[in-house]
Amino acid sequence: MNNFYKIQKKAIEEWQALKNSSEPVIYVGMGSCGLASGAGEVWNSVRRTIKKNNLKAQVLKVGCIGPCYLEPFFDIQKPGLPRMSFNNVDVSKSRKLISEYIIGGETKLKPLGHLGENKEEFEGVKSFWEQPMLKNQERIVLRNCGIIDPENINHYIARGGFKGLLKSFDIGPEGVIEEIKTSGLRGRGGAGFPTYKKWQFCRNAKGSPKYLICNADEGDPGAFMNRSLMEGDPYVLLEGMLIAAYAIGTNHGYIYIRAEYPLAIERLKIAIQKMFNLGLIGKNILNTGFNFNIKIKEGAGAFVCGEETALIASIEGQRGMPRSRPPFPAVSGLNGNPTNINNVETLGTIPNILREGGKWYSGFGTEKSKGTKTFALVGKVRRTGLIEVPMGTTLREIIFDIGGGTLKPFKAVQTGGPSGGCLSEEFLDLPVDYESLADAGSIMGSGGLIVMDQGTCMVDVAKYFLNFTSQESCGKCTPCRIGTHKMVEILDKITKGEAEMRDIEILEGLTSTVKNGSLCGLGQTAPNPVLTTLKYFKDEYLAHVEEKRCPAAVCRDLVEYRVIKEKCTGCQRCVSVCPTGAITGPRSEPHNLDPEKCIKCRACYEICRFDAIAGDAIVIV
Amino acid sequence: MKDTIDAILKKHIPKEKGNLIPVLQSVQKKKGYISPESVNRISNYFRISRSSIYGVATFYSQFRFNPPGRHSIKICLGTACHVQGGDFILKALQAEIGISPGETTDDMRFDLDRVACLGCCALAPVVMINNKIHSRMSVIKLKELLNKYE
Ligand SMILES: Cc1cc2nc3c(=O)[nH]c(=O)nc-3n(C[C@H](O)[C@H](O)[C@H](O)COP(=O)(O)O)c2cc1C
Ligand code: FES
Repeated sequence: MNNFYKIQKKAIEEWQALKNSSEPVIYVGMGSCGLASGAGEVWNSVRRTIKKNNLKAQVLKVGCIGPCYLEPFFDIQKPGLPRMSFNNVDVSKSRKLISEYIIGGETKLKPLGHLGENKEEFEGVKSFWEQPMLKNQERIVLRNCGIIDPENINHYIARGGFKGLLKSFDIGPEGVIEEIKTSGLRGRGGAGFPTYKKWQFCRNAKGSPKYLICNADEGDPGAFMNRSLMEGDPYVLLEGMLIAAYAIGTNHGYIYIRAEYPLAIERLKIAIQKMFNLGLIGKNILNTGFNFNIKIKEGAGAFVCGEETALIASIEGQRGMPRSRPPFPAVSGLNGNPTNINNVETLGTIPNILREGGKWYSGFGTEKSKGTKTFALVGKVRRTGLIEVPMGTTLREIIFDIGGGTLKPFKAVQTGGPSGGCLSEEFLDLPVDYESLADAGSIMGSGGLIVMDQGTCMVDVAKYFLNFTSQESCGKCTPCRIGTHKMVEILDKITKGEAEMRDIEILEGLTSTVKNGSLCGLGQTAPNPVLTTLKYFKDEYLAHVEEKRCPAAVCRDLVEYRVIKEKCTGCQRCVSVCPTGAITGPRSEPHNLDPEKCIKCRACYEICRFDAIAGDAIVIV
Repeated sequence: MKDTIDAILKKHIPKEKGNLIPVLQSVQKKKGYISPESVNRISNYFRISRSSIYGVATFYSQFRFNPPGRHSIKICLGTACHVQGGDFILKALQAEIGISPGETTDDMRFDLDRVACLGCCALAPVVMINNKIHSRMSVIKLKELLNKYE
């Protein structure tokens, strides 16, 4: 332990030196979202500019700070000033910032906010955390994301890292489990099972060696909470795993992570190596006699492998097929031994609970759902990104206050991914917690929140999900394999305008067969998107069946595109975008659309610029 | 061919069948796809039947069994990308380059696939070309982008 205090002292010194640096420091948002927005190019350009101008300045990578729609973030901290955060910075804007703000001293470009410790306004610049998207959030799991360099372990340590681990060694395994019980933490991977109970089962189970697996498969398409956390603060997950392993009594850890997350894998590997170098992973950790090793297993692209028994089969090198439980993995899991599986966010919450106390954590959230939850706020909402809010926050607060609402009128929000449901406007005041969402026919899931507006067709969404689950069904049990397939067939008929009322009845019948007859969670929950859309958006089904009409103008077979001559200005944008040359016409004259050539890819519809007036220059008949 | 596969196999103990998936992943990383020849060699090394190997490999969407093109295009069809029009981009792209997901163009310039989510949902719709993710895609942006890949 003494050794750790030395490490800690050094880390704090390094962090303080950075904050009080006599040279400018530049922080570039280099999460996957930043990189997809061009942060890599900015990074390279900044390094070149600095070298060329012989500037004395440090450049650091940070993870995603949350508002992905403003990426890339580019923060500059000048000596004696707080870190100023600039958004949507491309290469030319970054050059301008360096020459004007760093070299020149003044810039007209306005920072989005400052990231100083003091949240007061600073010389006309508000705190970053006072923006509408951030001010109602409570950042516990995400507290380091976007703030620290995820490859620098000292940054993590300086901000309270491994204090939770030390506390755990102090109070012993049973004490840890007790603390988690007090916190009220429930699994963040979807089912919401109390974490302390799982740990207790596994701790009490006979058999060795035991295993701890971190489920980083994040299979819900449209969700990225786990990715962001692993990229922005890999250490918090690893510390959480150390604590869990210590409480359960195991020396073997696995992280099962999807291969689509190469950056998260790389950062985890670096973090593991750095912890190993400091004696925080491996043999005799901090001289306590506790040993722990972590292996990374890359998934190979199968949604069902997020289910715990399928995940175990996949680690064992087999087809990822679930098996019936019991026995639960806590009794017989990997290689037939007791195994505890937790989600990334669950484990990432643990160090915070141990550091600040279970009682503190249980102060957030509702009666039955304690603490905070992260959500990937995406879809047709103005401000997209990763957020963290106390449990019990309403959907309205999330979508409208934090997300800034929708462009077209709001229609629905989808929670829980392929296992969840679509909720309509009347549910906007629903507090987000495990029970409320389940009562409404959806689930909390892992945290995907997909907002839909009047431009989204709910039948199409239901078809999308069923298509997904039928393709991802492992094929082991018949209700899921055949049932989901049949449901897709019927939904397909509906979206093509070929269905009759009887088909809706058959569809309803199938939902209960699949729900009740399937072996694992995939099949049992697969009908949820259909059930909820049928319940809350029945009129859309009826429009497709009775009128052969798609109200949102999404379903290809029910839509025809044409140019409204009176509204078309002849700007040629649609001509240039059409992949089949179906639209023709000279500049400044109304264009022609040849329905024979049209493949209904909607590119013209999307690109037509004159929003309110000419947004329907290409209309649907 | 032989050498690369040998080098990969040697890193794993034949008895540890749990290494089958990591081996397939390494082979695909190096060779671009899983050829019948690779399967033969893995089969001999681990003493697992070829059909079992195909059984495992075809279960996972990551593995491909035909040679890839010079550039790989992956269209995200996750939920966020779907509601933001990913499907329409795929449709337009198919018309543009004349192949369907899982195929490679005759000139071997592009291969095309869909993926279920790349984790950049906030910037949907997204498309990945050779490991680089491009955000907020549109048919026109993608068209311009493809010109950069010969
Ligand atoms: C089809 C299916 C897919 C799942 N996918 C995931 C996933 O991607 N990530 C995850 O953490 N849990 C997933 N789960 C839930 C896990 O089985 C398990 O409950 C969870 O990892 C337990 O961790 P927790 O107690 O920390 O929530 C999935 C379950 C099912 C049925
Ligand atoms: S849905 Fe496309 S990146 Fe997630």
